[in-house]
Amino acid sequence: MPEQVNINLPEGSIEKQTTRLNLGPTHPATHGVFQNILEMDGERIVKAESTVGYIHRAFEKLAERRPLYQITTLTDRLNYCSAPLNNMGWHMTCEKLLGVKTPKRVDYLRVIIMELARISDHLICNSIVGVDTGAYTGFLYVMQYRELVYEIYEEVCGSRLTTNMGRIGGFERNFSDTAFRKLEKFLEEFPGVWKEFENLFTRNRIFIERTQGTGAISAERALNYSFTGPNLRAAGIDYDVRVHAPYSSYEDFDFIIPVGTTGDNYDRFMVRNEEIWQSLSIIRQAYQKVQDFKGTEADVYHADAPAYYLPEKADVYTKMEALIYHFKIVMGETEIPSGEVYHAVEGGNGELGFYLISDGGRAPFRLHFRRPCFIYYQAYSEIVKDTMLSDAIVTLSSLNLIAGEMDA
Amino acid sequence: MARPVRFNLIEKDTSDRGINQVMMPEGHMGEGFFATSLDKVVGLARKNSMWPLPFATSCCGIEFMATMGSHYDLSRFGSERVGFSPRQCDLLMVMGTIAKKMAPVLRQVYLQMAEPRWVMAVGACASSGGIFDTYSVLQGIDQVIPVDVYVPGCPPRPEAIIDGVLKIQDLVQDESLRRRNGDQYKALLEGYGIQ
Amino acid sequence: MSTHYDTIREILSKQFGDRILAWEFPYGMLSFTIQPEFNLKALTLLYDDPDLGFQFLTDITGVHYPEREGQELAVVYHLHNLAKNVRIRMKIYVPVAKPDVYTATGLFSGANWMERETYDFFGVNFIGHPDLRRVLNVDEMDYFPLRKEFPLEDQTRIDKDDEMFGR
Repeated sequence: MPEQVNINLPEGSIEKQTTRLNLGPTHPATHGVFQNILEMDGERIVKAESTVGYIHRAFEKLAERRPLYQITTLTDRLNYCSAPLNNMGWHMTCEKLLGVKTPKRVDYLRVIIMELARISDHLICNSIVGVDTGAYTGFLYVMQYRELVYEIYEEVCGSRLTTNMGRIGGFERNFSDTAFRKLEKFLEEFPGVWKEFENLFTRNRIFIERTQGTGAISAERALNYSFTGPNLRAAGIDYDVRVHAPYSSYEDFDFIIPVGTTGDNYDRFMVRNEEIWQSLSIIRQAYQKVQDFKGTEADVYHADAPAYYLPEKADVYTKMEALIYHFKIVMGETEIPSGEVYHAVEGGNGELGFYLISDGGRAPFRLHFRRPCFIYYQAYSEIVKDTMLSDAIVTLSSLNLIAGEMDA
Repeated sequence: MARPVRFNLIEKDTSDRGINQVMMPEGHMGEGFFATSLDKVVGLARKNSMWPLPFATSCCGIEFMATMGSHYDLSRFGSERVGFSPRQCDLLMVMGTIAKKMAPVLRQVYLQMAEPRWVMAVGACASSGGIFDTYSVLQGIDQVIPVDVYVPGCPPRPEAIIDGVLKIQDLVQDESLRRRNGDQYKALLEGYGIQ
Repeated sequence: MSTHYDTIREILSKQFGDRILAWEFPYGMLSFTIQPEFNLKALTLLYDDPDLGFQFLTDITGVHYPEREGQELAVVYHLHNLAKNVRIRMKIYVPVAKPDVYTATGLFSGANWMERETYDFFGVNFIGHPDLRRVLNVDEMDYFPLRKEFPLEDQTRIDKDDEMFGR
């Protein structure tokens, strides 16, 4: 907006000064705690300064105290909207370090869980974008299906949100019949509901006016800021860790990576929307592949790595080797190779990396989480410069900032 | 040898198909009127129209969102209108880990609330620091503000959060109108350094 | 892929020679250690050279090795070549008495907060950083918590009894 040239105001008059607005650590709608101090010229933001660390829980220092299998509970609380994704990523990092190879059925079951987690993460993000533009009903429509996803997690691991799902080498128990029935119910009913949600937003004139053209970032700046995930794909770069460095047998699946053009809020919303459809397709393919395993192969739910995977309790009480392995794992006497490994998975927000340095001891020597939210939040002050405050709020929610992942 | 069960201390009333009826307060009933004492009426009115302030910091905040959703529905109990301004709210629900960097902010929000105000610590992190016994996490919000109800869990199930809200409602109903001006309450606030 | 790694080694060795102190290949990622003063030059070469093309900064982090005398703090850069799908790791070691490292923010804007986090946790001083202050901990903190000599727990807490908690 050009300056009004026909009004002559003296320098230092109050109309020419900027006001400071504290978009404080506690703000409405459950985004998380991070602070933005905005210098505003009327309704327009001149400068934004971000502060994080309001929920710094020192995960990396905590991890130096815990054995590898106890760190899974910490990874839950990174991106808590899609906790199983973080769990699986950590288990894969440990498997890379320890040299454990998981069988195909385990990989396919992991894919189902990871894609369910991705759906629940994008579900929250897109509904909250709707809430922030004023449309609360979409959020309520879809939260019910998020409850169904929680029920599936409960069948598999017992817990809804902080799942601590799986073990190094697979899962703790085979998926029960109820879990598969609930998965089928989800696959049947959710597409209809998601279509309804799409109808509310994607061609809605008001929503398009609010989100198109606001919060844009160009592909070059996004790459320079090390963006990953849907935010980068909305800017036009098709980088997805599932395709570039496939893990857990993702190369066996057929899916496309949706890419946007301008990197604005509407593109991010649409990329996440399409990713939900792609995830549904991947889950269907994985479920079909799981059902194709017959006979004894259908009972496989963990790798054959007795040195790292706790043996069955019945074996521990009767067989000598199982007892010894059980003792070694629990008391921390297993041989853990020393070395450093970096493994990345495609989290809900982008490349979630685990850099693990082991010195052969029970707990890691150093564990660092490469957290996508922390890295792309730096760009917020550049994105919202010279935009209106209302656009800045929508940008904040469409970037999908999860405070737990940001501060770790 | 089986140990006797000691945990179900409160006997559940299984008559009337297990439905708990809300009892009328004691009072005098007549033709078209019901007379009771003022603090009972005020308690009943207050408890069924609490305005909560969800101070959601981390994972427990997502369970709160599930509680507010249609599956578990906190608004059945009157807490329909959640507000984000402390000036307008009665119940401060602290959900999630409070780091030492966040503690002054929490205290400021508590101080901005008007009496009568209640505080609920949801989750293990708000109650005692949870699994994060580290240099940067406040070991429980009762280090900085007085707390009425603690809801344990990591995260607590929505049913547990609703249970906590119901306990707050019990506290609200039975609270005397003179409590906030009394010496014991003043001493409690002095202990926290709040005037 | 192995020929590509040989190309990378060749180009880097030609430019830096014996400034590169070690080459490793742990778990499928090429990793080299270089003298700390040359980190920015190495990053620029990795960025600009058309055969290398590492134009995506994945991560910067630090590690504290208390046993290595004179080289206690390591700063580890993970880089990624998106076009050819190759990752590389660069490590530099600086002494804890004078942990000065040139900043990478001129090349990658994303290095800003990554370096602030490394400063916050380890005390590595990035020369030329536009705004080097703590990002995750409180500003008034006077020690660098992730160094090995500092404990995990807050020593001033009164309610957690060490004996009961098995410490």
